[in-house]
Amino acid sequence: MPKLELVELSKNFGNIQALKDVSLQVDDKEYVCILGPSGCGKSTLIRCVAGIEQPSSGEILIDGRSVEKTLIEDRQIGYVFQDIALFPHLTVQDNLAYGLTVRRTPSDQMRTVTNEMLDLINMRDRSKSYPKELSGGAQQKVAVGRAIATGAHLFLLDEPLGALDAIVRAELRYELRKLASDLGLTVIHVTHDQEEALSIADRIVIMKNGRIVEVGKPSEIYHYPRTLFTANFVGEANLLEGKIVRVDGERCTVDIAGHEFSASIVGKKVGRRAIVFVRPEFVHLTTPTEYGWKGKVKQVTFLGSLNRYVVETDDGIDIIVEVSTAEYSTGFGVDESVSLSLDDANMMTYDYPEEGVEKAISLE
Amino acid sequence: MALLSFVNVTKRFGKILALDRLSIEVNDGDYLCILGPTGSGKTTLLKLMAGLLNPDEGTIYFDGKPVNEVNIQNRNAVYVPQRYALFPHLTVLENVAFGPLARGKPDSVALETASKTLDLVRLSSRAQALPNELSGGMQQRVALARGLASGARLLLLDEPLSAIDARLRLDLRHKIRDIVKESGLTAIHVTHDQDEAMSVGDEIMILRHGRIQDLGPPRRVYRKPAGISVANLFGGASFFEGIVENTVGETALISARGLIIQAPSRTLTLTSPVILGLRKERVRISRDEPDLDNVFRGEIRSVRYLGNSKEYLIRLSNGDSIASRQFADNKVGFKVRDQVSVSFRENDVMVFEYPVLGLSRELEVT
Repeated sequence: MPKLELVELSKNFGNIQALKDVSLQVDDKEYVCILGPSGCGKSTLIRCVAGIEQPSSGEILIDGRSVEKTLIEDRQIGYVFQDIALFPHLTVQDNLAYGLTVRRTPSDQMRTVTNEMLDLINMRDRSKSYPKELSGGAQQKVAVGRAIATGAHLFLLDEPLGALDAIVRAELRYELRKLASDLGLTVIHVTHDQEEALSIADRIVIMKNGRIVEVGKPSEIYHYPRTLFTANFVGEANLLEGKIVRVDGERCTVDIAGHEFSASIVGKKVGRRAIVFVRPEFVHLTTPTEYGWKGKVKQVTFLGSLNRYVVETDDGIDIIVEVSTAEYSTGFGVDESVSLSLDDANMMTYDYPEEGVEKAISLE
Repeated sequence: MALLSFVNVTKRFGKILALDRLSIEVNDGDYLCILGPTGSGKTTLLKLMAGLLNPDEGTIYFDGKPVNEVNIQNRNAVYVPQRYALFPHLTVLENVAFGPLARGKPDSVALETASKTLDLVRLSSRAQALPNELSGGMQQRVALARGLASGARLLLLDEPLSAIDARLRLDLRHKIRDIVKESGLTAIHVTHDQDEAMSVGDEIMILRHGRIQDLGPPRRVYRKPAGISVANLFGGASFFEGIVENTVGETALISARGLIIQAPSRTLTLTSPVILGLRKERVRISRDEPDLDNVFRGEIRSVRYLGNSKEYLIRLSNGDSIASRQFADNKVGFKVRDQVSVSFRENDVMVFEYPVLGLSRELEVT
């Protein structure tokens, strides 16, 4: 069964280093999402694994064996990308059977596998349809089914849901994930969509500028990111400037504009400038209290299940706050005075980045 | 007077009815968002507004004057297409300066407008690049900047953020709205992303099968959607089929495959079939039995982690499923197969007439 190892993989296009010393291990039956902004090298990475690109240096091992000399067609890899590439003149059924035809699979076996695939993607009633008669979501399911029909166990998905409507995309990602679990596939899924990665991955690999920034489980990546880049990239984040007052093991006391908070610590520099991270849903709003951190609502955006506020504190700091609309209060209006409280258990402190915050979280 | 109005506008492509007797008014300074699935007629509507298509029936008015036959130049509108069409031989700055130059502005003024606008879309550092040196998302931002800098009063934006990375899209959607409002422009913005629609639009139009299903401020459309398809396309909900068993004052007792659900009675008549809808965030789950109008037992079937929230799918004792969304939930919480109480308030139940063509037709997204 496939286990994938990348060892110090680099790839140059002329002067541009698309991948820099990327090492990663993907276990058998694991579902790994590679998440990063445009141009971070995520597509190049899986194109190297597929054999479409040759790495400039480093090694790719599948089940412990180097694939350097293995041709694309012999790597036993299923590859699906954003632009749906079905054969327009073939029916769903014939598209699904295509890989098997090429391999000269006996026709009765081919029929069995094709029927299995039709059931798997829940499209038996559309077996005689042509691609253009199907919705984008249905076409992409056929593309996935075709890749599975080849018998591959290692799957590389490059933005497989990127061309689809938001509402279809959200449903299809769970179908895709379930399919992978049911069949015990090993999957590397490239996406720029945080929610997609958070909701289906066993582990997420965050990439920036050709390098891996960090690797972790979705809840670690979202709630306890090790870097400012990840903190900002995987969701909205308040990154507040403060000063570390005391360090106590894994926790510290940090001062933000004269207010002291307790937070987990990634940096270790007492007395130095620091950045404190807290997500908008871990900031709470109340009517003004005597000792609270006071501010005024600057902007309210209704997001259906959430209200998103921008609050300007009396010290001039903008803080984003998200409150579930299920909390039965009426919420706050623009210019209303409020007090803020930050949830200690969900705050992290980082050393102030040498290159500045803007640069540290830049998406380009 | 409305800046732009449509009166009974119909557009066909061969046998396909793309827009069906559509009427709408857009006032100066409005930010209207059009939300709908692929094939709902969004882009056709925008192209009719731009003058890139002519209607088959009905009348389009601009500043009160009928303009059915008038081309795009005379509408003081700029259409920003989904696929950015930049001049490949011009730099980013020159592309953005094109509109003001075409309107006869002196070079210095045009370039200043262009560089200010590039700043807004965060592309100042790439002003001298050629379009093919930029990523797709960057090119889309250039196209947007070109539209903003064109000097037109009405911006027609066709999925302006769709090719942009999800994270940057979050920042840019607030930015687009700010730019439009600060410049006193009017915008019509087509999208299939409901969060984007809620963030930017003063008003939201839900389009499906070439017809307006609902039109109003985001809060109203979300809280009191005009129908099942609107509730489904805008926010989503769990739906149940039921029959009105009894009404007691303001409360209706609705039997839904063995469960009795309390809902607002309004104008319900006894024994009529209805559809009930519940927004995920209004459905609570707990181990104990809370003191709410509607409390049922259920079993957790799946847990979906979404970062700022978790979504639970719960199977109720009658076999129906209901979804619940819990925010800021990073504790262990509930697991698959846990037995829980599911509860929601009477006033949070949305009640719809039973649709003529059945529930599943209303929930189709194409």
